Amino acid sequence: MGKLFAIVLTIITVVSTAIFVMRVWWLPADVSAHGPWIDHQLVETMVAAGVLFVLSQLALALFVWKSGDRREGRKITVFPGGAVPIVVLAIVLVGAEILALTFVGSKVWASIYQTPPDPNSLQIDVQAEQFAFYFRYPGPDGRFGSSHPELINEATENYFGLDPANDTTARDDIVVPTLTIPVNRPILLTLHAKDVNHAFYVPELRIQQDFVPGLVIPLHFTATETGKHEIVCTQLCGLGHYNMRAYVEVMRQDQFDQWLKGKAAQQ
Amino acid sequence: MLTVTSPPSSPPRVSPPTATQPPESKAAETGVWMGIATISMSFAALTSAMVVRQSGAPDWQHFQLPPILYFNTLILLMSSLTLESARRRITAAAGQVGSLVPPVQRLAELYLTLTLGLLFVMGQVVAWRQLAAQGLFLATSPSSAFFYLFTALHGLHLLGGLVGLLYVLHRLRQATGPVPRTALGAATLYWHFMDVLWVYLLALLTIRV
Amino acid sequence: MHDTAAPAVVHHHAPPQGFLRKHVFSLDHKVIGKQYLDLALVAVCTGMVLSWLMRLHLAWPTQPIPGLEKLSPNGAAGGLITPEYYLSLMTMHGTIMVFFVLTTAPFAGFGNYFLPIQVGAQDMAFPRINMTSFWLTFVAFLVLIASFFIHDGPALSGWTAYAPLSAVGKDAGPGQGLGQTLWAVSIAIFCIAQLLGSLNFIATTLDLRTKGMSLARMPFSTWSWFITAVIGLIAFAVLMPACILLILDRVAGTSFFIPAGLVISDRLQPHAGGSPLLWQHLFWFFGHPEVYIAILPGFGIVSHILPVFARKPLLGPRVLIGCLIAIAFLSYTVWGHHMFVSGMNPFSAVLFSVPTLVITIPAAIVTMLWIGTIYGAKLRFTTPALFCLGFVSVFVSGGISGFLLAQPSIDTYLHATYFVVGHFHFVMGVAAMFGIFAATYFWLPKMFGRMMNETLGKWHFWLTFIGVYCVFMPMHYLGLAGNVRRYAEFTDDYLKPLIPLHRFITIAALFTGAAQLIFLFNLIRSRFRGPKAPDNPWEATSLEWSTTSPPPFDNFGGRPPVVHRGPNEYGVQGPAGDYVMQAAPEPAGRADQPC
Repeated sequence: MGKLFAIVLTIITVVSTAIFVMRVWWLPADVSAHGPWIDHQLVETMVAAGVLFVLSQLALALFVWKSGDRREGRKITVFPGGAVPIVVLAIVLVGAEILALTFVGSKVWASIYQTPPDPNSLQIDVQAEQFAFYFRYPGPDGRFGSSHPELINEATENYFGLDPANDTTARDDIVVPTLTIPVNRPILLTLHAKDVNHAFYVPELRIQQDFVPGLVIPLHFTATETGKHEIVCTQLCGLGHYNMRAYVEVMRQDQFDQWLKGKAAQQ
Repeated sequence: MLTVTSPPSSPPRVSPPTATQPPESKAAETGVWMGIATISMSFAALTSAMVVRQSGAPDWQHFQLPPILYFNTLILLMSSLTLESARRRITAAAGQVGSLVPPVQRLAELYLTLTLGLLFVMGQVVAWRQLAAQGLFLATSPSSAFFYLFTALHGLHLLGGLVGLLYVLHRLRQATGPVPRTALGAATLYWHFMDVLWVYLLALLTIRV
Repeated sequence: MHDTAAPAVVHHHAPPQGFLRKHVFSLDHKVIGKQYLDLALVAVCTGMVLSWLMRLHLAWPTQPIPGLEKLSPNGAAGGLITPEYYLSLMTMHGTIMVFFVLTTAPFAGFGNYFLPIQVGAQDMAFPRINMTSFWLTFVAFLVLIASFFIHDGPALSGWTAYAPLSAVGKDAGPGQGLGQTLWAVSIAIFCIAQLLGSLNFIATTLDLRTKGMSLARMPFSTWSWFITAVIGLIAFAVLMPACILLILDRVAGTSFFIPAGLVISDRLQPHAGGSPLLWQHLFWFFGHPEVYIAILPGFGIVSHILPVFARKPLLGPRVLIGCLIAIAFLSYTVWGHHMFVSGMNPFSAVLFSVPTLVITIPAAIVTMLWIGTIYGAKLRFTTPALFCLGFVSVFVSGGISGFLLAQPSIDTYLHATYFVVGHFHFVMGVAAMFGIFAATYFWLPKMFGRMMNETLGKWHFWLTFIGVYCVFMPMHYLGLAGNVRRYAEFTDDYLKPLIPLHRFITIAALFTGAAQLIFLFNLIRSRFRGPKAPDNPWEATSLEWSTTSPPPFDNFGGRPPVVHRGPNEYGVQGPAGDYVMQAAPEPAGRADQPC
């Protein structure tokens, strides 16, 4: 029985690890400026964790194999040195790993979430609601009109609760269902939730951030390649949660300028 | 591979239980201390919720606490004194004449404590009615919500203490067995904690509301 | 401290005679323990059926499930699960499993039955409170299950019940009316029940130990239940007021968690000023320790059982207990790692990340102590021993992915994906279940005086062990590919290619679930028909094996045992073999040094 356990556990360990190593299923290619940091940190951690995983499972398998030895006269033996080497090993090995991960990991985190956005960022307002995202550009005046929850109206497509009648800055605001951004330009999103929690997740951009009702949450990133990707909601928001999505379209700066001009003309 | 062997020492056979009353364990007191720990944790959580809620939005509405609260506080403090005095008397008497049930007059202070406790709860209800008369209800403002919540939760716990005291009184009045010193001590400890908790809540409400 | 005092006796009550007092409203901790376990059995069957329905729907969303429309005419008209019903199934699965299985079975169930016996007491410190605790748990379960039978169906906001979705009422969708209120009421009742239970465990451990049972001589299972009770005493004390605030927001119009200006179903909500993050903080302050409430009894059970079958003392017993205490302490410093992307201050993410990583040190030490105990052992491969070995393996598999999730920068990508689902199912679900299985096979002979069938037990182990790896390991791959959790269907372009892997998981889950029928059959048959169990079938040392199987009403037949040594005396020259029981008297001049 001990040999069987050892063999089964070894097979499980090898197959599980192989699928990770061969990247049968893996992250989509990164298209963001900060993404390589995250990917690097993820791979580093995965290697470290993978080594620990394989070592502990194989040690378990090996010892179980040997402990099934039924030969007469075999005495039980104590782990060499008792518990002390284990404690020392765990504190030194795992501790060193933790130190390294925290040190590098915090730098990655800080570089993404604790740095102020580029002052030159393109600012876009995002409204999440059950079960859609809407994006708002300030229009030619460069200023966002203020939002009034009581004016929000799905039927008249006033998703942000704008008051163009009394608010001149709101008149030229551009509201679209697709996030359209220029490539290689810092983007600053300000996240608002209309009703409940939502989240903004674009795997290719390596960003995920909750929308929290009552809070305005900034989120900044730079896309490095043109293309079209899905934005999905990852915070449970109700029955249509699985179906809540939008697209982010990354285009060249000239294309973007043209697109924006066209939209402004429609207002 | 499964080895089933007979046990090395056969377990003690069932013998008829002894008739003597067992000595009282300290468990009741430990239990009350654990209760104090967990109730404190609950109120700590609510306090942090109150601080977060007050600083998070500008809709906090300050109001005058009903003055009867201070009178209630006095009543509650007095009930602690009477209870402590009762406990000391009963324990001391039990120590003098062995495990004897105290004469009924020694229980007078316990009855007084019960009355004061009930009076406190009634006073708290009066405070609620006064607030309600001012138009301050549970949902009026976060400050009133926390006021009702704190006073209600404290009141419920205090009623629990009253039930505990009734139980001790019941055991004291039963003419058999030793004086339930630990139970009395545990109930007294809990009651004092209700005092301390109330003084803390009153201070918190005075500062914040 | 108890060596001098006479053993405390709490049985003020004689053995009850009537059926109700004996089997229903019993004050006997053994009956209450069995009641908890039976409740957990009903709950785990319910929870597993729910997970089957979810898995079937995820793999074949357009395939009707026969008969389901009768169970839920609204949620599954024509046998097709609607997205909202899927979310209800998921919410109920999580709630039932976390609260009514992983908390009640290893902690309240086995703890109730064996903690008093293992410390040599005749009952819990407060038998009446103990009974109240069980019946409150039972009521909480009924309240939760009742939401299946109301018109709008059960709550759909997940077991975490994030506000404001959980707080604003029926505008937020079906199930968010009465169903969500029932959820909050049920959990509040459950909290009270577990607070009473924890209080009882602590008082019993501290005050009712028999003569000679110093803290250091307590079995590891007793230690883990004791430490779990301390965690529970604090954790449930925070969740309960949080549930009260949630209920008030829902029914009394207060605004603790609901901010101003929310427009839901085209209606401006009449609330202002509340903080959704407040709920998350309160919930996870409870929620993360809850993980340890689920898993620490498993640690204790494995540490208790492994030496019995390894026939050698557990390596580093004091280190183990130190690690358990360290984990309990650290569990209160890490809750924010559930909230890295929640919009809280990014700086606090770093503060929460460090203790989360540090907690892996005691966890790693404990794992290595188990593996070190197996080193050079003469393992007896019984079913409980196999489940202990399986526990170590799945705990490692689940724990190690914590390295990734503990780092905010990586969590930014993996948060709310199936990677997390795989992680916590391994580390707290499957590992805790393996602990429960090991405990059941190990202790059922004591509880019912009947042995379980070993052949069926081994089949159960192998199918389950391989099965859980087939179910939960692929979830990590899905997570890496960015597969979002809590989705009723996968309609996104990038998720569609992952559906074949989901089908594989579903098939594996059905097989693994079916393998549990072997266990169920074995359990029920052995309870009534199994071969008679001797008093100490496994040649173990702790006090429960010094009494009859099953133990008499007062556990030791009127003669409380006297303890002479710790529970770790294996691999020594004893009077009956290679072990010495805790209650075995000290023979004059015999050296019983552990090897």
